Amino acid sequence: MNTGMSTVLPQIDLQVCPRVAKMFKLQWEDVQQCWVLLYPEGMVKLNGSASEIMKRLDGSTTVATLIAALEQDFGAADLSADVLDFLAIAQQQGWVKA
Amino acid sequence: MSTATDLSAASTQPVTVDSILPSAATSATLITAPTPPGPPLWLLAELTYKCPLHCVFCYNPVDFAQAGPELSTDDWLRVLREARAAGSVQCGFSGGEPMLRDDLEVLVAEAHRLGFYTNLLTSGVGLTEARAAALEQAGLDHIQLSFQDSTKELNDFLTHTKTFDLKRQTAAIIKAHGWPMVMNCVIHRMNIDYIEQIIDLAVELGAEYLELANSQYYSWAELNRDHLLPSKEQLGRAERVTNACRARLGDQLKIFFVVPDYYETMPKKCMNGWGNVFLTVTPDGLALPCHTAKMLKGIEFPNVHDMSISDIWYTSDGFNRYRGDSWMKDPCRTCPDKEKDHGGCRCQAHMLTGDAANADPVCDKSPHHRHITEAVAYAQIPDNQRTVVKPLMFRDPVNSKLQKLAGLEINSPSIHISQSKASSDKDLKV
Repeated sequence: MNTGMSTVLPQIDLQVCPRVAKMFKLQWEDVQQCWVLLYPEGMVKLNGSASEIMKRLDGSTTVATLIAALEQDFGAADLSADVLDFLAIAQQQGWVKA
Repeated sequence: MSTATDLSAASTQPVTVDSILPSAATSATLITAPTPPGPPLWLLAELTYKCPLHCVFCYNPVDFAQAGPELSTDDWLRVLREARAAGSVQCGFSGGEPMLRDDLEVLVAEAHRLGFYTNLLTSGVGLTEARAAALEQAGLDHIQLSFQDSTKELNDFLTHTKTFDLKRQTAAIIKAHGWPMVMNCVIHRMNIDYIEQIIDLAVELGAEYLELANSQYYSWAELNRDHLLPSKEQLGRAERVTNACRARLGDQLKIFFVVPDYYETMPKKCMNGWGNVFLTVTPDGLALPCHTAKMLKGIEFPNVHDMSISDIWYTSDGFNRYRGDSWMKDPCRTCPDKEKDHGGCRCQAHMLTGDAANADPVCDKSPHHRHITEAVAYAQIPDNQRTVVKPLMFRDPVNSKLQKLAGLEINSPSIHISQSKASSDKDLKV
């Protein structure tokens, strides 16, 4: 099913703690050599950066902490715009709940 | 039942989205040569042909009563393991009515343990609280509940009596266990005028998603096509009503409306490509690239008793037969759209033209397109002005045996063609 709801991207608050939405399952697929998000009768293939973000969503980590962790792990200077963009899409698609 | 969202067009997105839904063409992987296909992402496990319903649009084969013995629990466990190892991620438990298998919970538990996303496609008959609890315990991810509209019960269905009570109980059970309420109702000539009542019923039951899928004309639905294909006026009204309901309901209920392909001029990319993502295993172990491919003559489809899922998928003749495009004839062979629709549906080409390698006659470039336009023309004739009315053929074991007796005639393409000349049309359900 298409879980996309609206056409306007939501604003992501840095203090919320997103999690993978209940209907979705995030897992590594050996055969496809990538992370995928499974939902009723469908699948989303995630690329590397999307996977790194999704894997860290545990419902108790704030977006601000998540961005800091990613910047540290990947030695990157400012990932906040990329992470916020992705989370906005992921939330719009219904993959992620804040 | 989903439509794909292709984010790759949206510039900076760090994700790519693939739909593995058979009906949803997505960012097209162009299949031009029989190069090694991707994994069989979708496994449909048809656990049994037994069913308490008698739906006139059922896509189970009309000779289902002749099927061999059902696979055992151990057989299915092996199929699940082999399919998962070959890369399957979605598992649908279907039928017939899968609740009639008392090992359903065992199979769901193993599928869950293996890492499948597990889907149950059920009429809800037999989904008691105890079994729902066991299925949740087993890790079932999703239930698609079909409306019990088998037409024998049409009035009951539309007047919310027994059916409504059963559906309300079932819906309450599904919600209590935290599954999303995903409902499916096959739409056809006899119920399409009641589409607002159907939508209201879904709302009343607390559904979050409702798929209104016009029947497609295979198997039982092909036999009953004249009774099932709506008129253009009916279809237009149903779409207007659906759109008005969407506007009224907003995010409360997400409604998908699938039009019958007989009203299209470009065929569907059936199953998202033959042997591309989809693998069906029938109750007696036959492995098929779609629900209805067993009807195709001259193809020996493998049985899971004789071959592993990986060999079935990658090396069997049946699954390789219509991969790539070297099998295509004109007009498909030279068509600029052949990557978009892969020539449509092989079963529909077989049923209506006698050759599965022909273009799906839904295509207006097909020399056989008149079989579609004649069926559609017949659908415009009001029921009370039709002179020859065939009886509705209900899907049940007795009629199934009769179909087998009729045998060659029923399955003969020439008979089908003459039938569609005389009258015509049906729907399909997936």
